[in-house]
Amino acid sequence: MNALFSQLVSVAFHGMAYGMILYIISVGLSVTMGLMGFANLAHGVFAMAGGYVMLTMMNTYGVPFPLALAIAFVAVALGSMVLERLLYARLYSAGELAQVLFTIGLILMAIAVARLIYGTLQQPVTLPSYMQGQINLLGRDFPAYRVVVIIFSVLIAVLLWFGVERTRWGAMLRAAVDNRSMAQSIGIDTKKLFTLTFALGSGLAAIGGGMGAELLSIQPTYPFEHLVFFLIVVSIGGMGTLKGPFVAALLIGVTDTACKYWLPQFGAFFIYAAAIALLLWRPAGLFGRTT
Amino acid sequence: MATPSIVAITAHAGGYGADARIKWTEWLPWIAAIAVYFFAPSYLPLGSYILILILFALSLDLILGYAGIITLGHTAYFGLGAYVAGILAKFGTADPLIGLVVAAVAAGVFGLITGAIILRTHGLTLLMLTLAITSICYEIANKATDWTGGADGLSGISMNALFGQFKFDMFGNTAYLYSLVLLFVGWWLIRRIIYSPFGASLAGVRENAVRMHAVGAPVYRRLVTVYGISAAIAGVAGAALTHTTQFVGLKVLGFELSGDLLVMLILGGVGRLYGAFIGPLIYLLAQDALAKQYPEYWYFWIGALLVVIVMFAPGGVLGLIDSIRARFRKS
Amino acid sequence: MSTIALQTSRLCKSFGALTVADNIEFRLEAGARHALIGPNGAGKTTFVNMLTGRIQPSSGSITLGGVDITRAAQGERVKRGLGRTFQINTLFRNLTVLDNVALGIAERVGVSAGMFRPAAAQRVVVDESRALLSSLGLADDADQQLAGLPYGKQRLVEIAIALGLKPKVLLLDEPAAGVPSLESHRIFEVLDGLPKEIAILIIEHDMDLVFRFAQRITVLAQGAVLAEGTPQQIRTDERVRQVYLGEEHG
Repeated sequence: MNALFSQLVSVAFHGMAYGMILYIISVGLSVTMGLMGFANLAHGVFAMAGGYVMLTMMNTYGVPFPLALAIAFVAVALGSMVLERLLYARLYSAGELAQVLFTIGLILMAIAVARLIYGTLQQPVTLPSYMQGQINLLGRDFPAYRVVVIIFSVLIAVLLWFGVERTRWGAMLRAAVDNRSMAQSIGIDTKKLFTLTFALGSGLAAIGGGMGAELLSIQPTYPFEHLVFFLIVVSIGGMGTLKGPFVAALLIGVTDTACKYWLPQFGAFFIYAAAIALLLWRPAGLFGRTT
Repeated sequence: MATPSIVAITAHAGGYGADARIKWTEWLPWIAAIAVYFFAPSYLPLGSYILILILFALSLDLILGYAGIITLGHTAYFGLGAYVAGILAKFGTADPLIGLVVAAVAAGVFGLITGAIILRTHGLTLLMLTLAITSICYEIANKATDWTGGADGLSGISMNALFGQFKFDMFGNTAYLYSLVLLFVGWWLIRRIIYSPFGASLAGVRENAVRMHAVGAPVYRRLVTVYGISAAIAGVAGAALTHTTQFVGLKVLGFELSGDLLVMLILGGVGRLYGAFIGPLIYLLAQDALAKQYPEYWYFWIGALLVVIVMFAPGGVLGLIDSIRARFRKS
Repeated sequence: MSTIALQTSRLCKSFGALTVADNIEFRLEAGARHALIGPNGAGKTTFVNMLTGRIQPSSGSITLGGVDITRAAQGERVKRGLGRTFQINTLFRNLTVLDNVALGIAERVGVSAGMFRPAAAQRVVVDESRALLSSLGLADDADQQLAGLPYGKQRLVEIAIALGLKPKVLLLDEPAAGVPSLESHRIFEVLDGLPKEIAILIIEHDMDLVFRFAQRITVLAQGAVLAEGTPQQIRTDERVRQVYLGEEHG
């Protein structure tokens, strides 16, 4: 019995870490989807880019982990801003098909560029010493890396919540998600709001990609490989919310880890089946609104 | 369903004021196809593959271009048809015609069931579900090695001769004509549907689902019906691939094929019936000529092409031809 | 004895703490020319959306021709004779004018599920569509793409689609909204010429149109019925003056 309990704790813990990474990456997608109604399938590209930037900084230039992560955040956020102003913004009213095609085009280009620069293999990850090994909590040994991931992600989630609930930017964001034309007519500059929010979401994805490099390995096929999971998190959570992706990501992280541990021959089958069942019960997601 | 501006720019066949008779220009592709048979025999295997993908693209255009259902998971039905045909031929009967019927039914039923489930949703959620379903199929095909051969694929398929006479040999004569006839039948069926009142109602759903509900149309039922039909046709295309190549690989369920198909359709022009002819033709010929040498570069340029098409030429090749003709008409 | 074409009883709708419909008692007589007016945000469009089934009421009932339709789906209400136009044109912009009208007529006639014969060969549908367009002065525009028409004509198509369903009750949501004054006389003419058997409820802000067209007026304010009566009664009602007519409206 003790062994089973131990397994459960282990699965829950690893699942949480995985789920937190999924959350950090996907929350940006959920918000931009709710805010702009834009189906950005290329969101995974920003996560991958964050991973590559961070690892390049660390492996090639010896930059310490936290600084490398910060550089990744800034670089990807700025880069995404440029993309948003030049390309994305032209397609906001172009309809879903155009957006899907455009973002798939971006994914293909990003994958090709990644392959050309870095080759097809996974990027090696050398964690800083304080993230290696085990930490002893409550009489159990937990991998330090995952502990850091969980703590850091929760911190980010709290910061994000604070930012959305308490700042002026957050108030504008909530108004615009709720009713864009109304927000515009009361003077909110939705263009700037979009750009800023998009950059933040992409930057967060970069952080998620960098932090999660051990869990979701950084390789050129990253954006396609994890696309379904990001979309599942956003769909099940409900678009345009912070809470939704958080709960959904946790659920998916834990469930996927549990399935891979106890039923490895089924792979991700249960996740997909569960996602389908959940969406049939709640088509707008757990916390989404039915328009 | 959102109104895609890409589809809006293209001219659509069908409707209550349309002339449904086949214009002489519509016979050209078939004449060209027959000419290839006689004058370019070394291209027959590739030609057969192109014809099959055109049929697959047509089935996708029916739901994407006409009904406005945006999906990345149509390969699920193509792949299901391919594997059903392969498994049947290897473990059951190797008669091609029976294989086609069984594949069509299997894919069609699967399409109706999954369609009934996912068409209650829309937008990103719907898209995600189509991906999830294809992923499930891929996982099953990957793991059920006894039936599907897993990652190595299903080989050792030996098809009976068609009508007891025409063998599927490596020269591809039978394969080519087989695919051509199947494409013709599929094209004829889809064309009928497009010009019918049912097809007109699909266009209505695509253009303005709210209004279709308000005039009392059973929107959900229509969508599920067309989805099932499209799945069956995709299944036939998949079966044809199995019959003509006597092999089924995991690729038939892969994302790469899904993406390729979408690119082909956009290239040719969505919602224009013949976009599904031109797109695969151009794409596959180009891929045959270029991609082998530089695969990384190939996908980079395809990605760039997609971005450019969406930004500047949403109607694809046919749309470009239309705007050129319009410009000539003005001057 | 006059028949009631449409009726609501204690109709309520709340979104959380916000009440948008407060015990609405409403009656529409057969052949009526009835107007629903009220300040912005009074809940008029919400009311219409409940009548047509786009949203469900929180409580209360709706009866169409004596049949309870409170839980009925949109399609069923349409089949029972309830038609509507939308405040913002809800048309098939990229289809022809003919198709815009024919799609609804085909549903009503019952040929819309056919997959084999061409749509254009459905003579009943096509002829009726062209006749309907003709009666609204749109015969020459029938084969044009709808998006190319001036806004006023598009508004007429909006009405045409609803007429094509041969409704017994027609809900017109601001038919003249957004139409330049040069073209709005056409709308007025069409409204005047609507068949006498149809019970019509019109939501409008244009007071000229309301007082010209309506035989009865219901005033809605903050989700509740404020007043109801003949145009003369409403015009002289103090409460209505305060809440609505007294304000400066564009």
